[in-house]
Amino acid sequence: MRTLTKGNGKTYWVVLTLTLVVFTAAFLLPLVWVLLGAFKPPAELARQPPTILPEVWEPGAYVDAWNFMDLGRFFLNTFVVAIGAWAVQMAVIVPAAYALSKLKPWGGNVILGLMLATLMLPATALLIPVYLTLTDLDLLNNPAGIWLPFAANALNVYLLKRFFDQIPEELLEAARIDGAGTWTTLTRIVLPISRPILAVVSIFAVVAAWKDFIWPLLVFPEPAKQTLSVALQRFAPDTPINLLLAGLVLASLPMVALFLAFQRHILAGLTAGGVKG
Amino acid sequence: MRRHVTAYGFLSAALVVFAVFSWWPIVRGVVLSFQQVNFVTSPDWVGWENFERLFADPLFLVAWRNTAYFTILALVIGFGVPFITAVVLNELRHAKAYFRLLVYLPVMLPPVVTALLWKWFYDPGPGLFNSALRGLDLPTSQWLDSSSTSMISLVLVITWANMGSATLIYLAALQTIPGELYEAADLDGASILEKIWHVTIPQTKFVILMLLLLQVVATMQIFTEPFVMTGGGPEESTVTVLLLLYRYAFYYNDFGTASAMSLILFAVLSVFSFLYLEITRKADA
Repeated sequence: MRTLTKGNGKTYWVVLTLTLVVFTAAFLLPLVWVLLGAFKPPAELARQPPTILPEVWEPGAYVDAWNFMDLGRFFLNTFVVAIGAWAVQMAVIVPAAYALSKLKPWGGNVILGLMLATLMLPATALLIPVYLTLTDLDLLNNPAGIWLPFAANALNVYLLKRFFDQIPEELLEAARIDGAGTWTTLTRIVLPISRPILAVVSIFAVVAAWKDFIWPLLVFPEPAKQTLSVALQRFAPDTPINLLLAGLVLASLPMVALFLAFQRHILAGLTAGGVKG
Repeated sequence: MRRHVTAYGFLSAALVVFAVFSWWPIVRGVVLSFQQVNFVTSPDWVGWENFERLFADPLFLVAWRNTAYFTILALVIGFGVPFITAVVLNELRHAKAYFRLLVYLPVMLPPVVTALLWKWFYDPGPGLFNSALRGLDLPTSQWLDSSSTSMISLVLVITWANMGSATLIYLAALQTIPGELYEAADLDGASILEKIWHVTIPQTKFVILMLLLLQVVATMQIFTEPFVMTGGGPEESTVTVLLLLYRYAFYYNDFGTASAMSLILFAVLSVFSFLYLEITRKADA
């Protein structure tokens, strides 16, 4: 398609080369720098000017970081928080969106409206009252303290409902005539058709839970229960710099791997959030 | 009848979760703003006392000034960069996948990881940035260690970390612009800047406005980066509204005043949220 420029000639190649250089320098270089930095011993890291490649390769830093900060425990905690948050959210919002879209009960629109109204609230407006509610329910230091508030995700209810709305009634009618109940219709007909939107919503839910900082910070005062993000910021001041860098690299790997694996879904999902051209 | 019962069965879990963790806390937040909460005795009504305490706290004004400064800096830097990046990327026919991958990669990193990485880059001694500046014979900076550059340093971090989403959303919007509009502009002999001004920007103005408002709402709630990188320093130059709110709640155990603060923040942000809603409604029409 025609765009701003005709896109040929010398200028095009100059702009392309420049963009390649700037992008690589801005987004890839810092990450490579950390990756390499973790291999250098602390004395080499303090040197000015810095060495580009490590003079002494110390791959042991990754192992030491793992043991020093007990990263295995925090990986497991984060994994439990993220996967649990996803599972609970799905269990809560999929039936709800289905009910609002296809069963259309009395007051369904009012309920949807009340849910969507929460989107207008800045996330932090509920920080204190939700924290106190979690305290009342004795959910501090418990992953459920993340899972349950996380399940009240109005945007995802809306995205699922909008997708379910497009599934033709006749399809559900046919299932009903074949004797399928409401639950069977949901699991056998609706969910398989809805795989694309379920994938997008799921990936974003896992990523959001994994990246979150402020909620785990409040919910897990007990060090042994903390997630990677909370633990890393707690360890940062007292950890040798090479070990900290190795820890940061390790903590990023799952999300980078997820991104490389589901790149297409993630980039397509970005524009599914209602922002249209 | 049975349909309604079944439907409410399907809705029940969501209703409970929304009621306990969304709807009730909204009410509770307002109530708490007018109470003193200390966990020992039952909460007392104190009228406007929490608000008066806030207005008497010199740090309250500092926090708002810092947050406003941060929001404006983030708009100037963080808002223009993704748009310009998207406009450039939209012209390129090579390495498209590579560009998209790179610009979105930082979005996937946990914010705490990004904050700690950049803190290391910002180290005025052997840090990456000052080393690079020295290597190029350019003047170095104190970055986070000076109250005059601390805030702009934080803005650079969040721009780097978050610009991927905005860039890709713009890119999607740019691809919906009909090519004929550019052809027509070419016939009129328009320059590249004139085409951006008269075609690109008007054609994407809804997306631009929506992302602008979303960004204002997000940056005014900035917490993780100052919490991890500066703790509000040096000389309180990076104490944001949310950081002060956190201090009231979790250092001073004064949940009433912290709630009063979030009520004020909510009032300010609802102006932007309201504008956002109006614009999306217009865009849908």
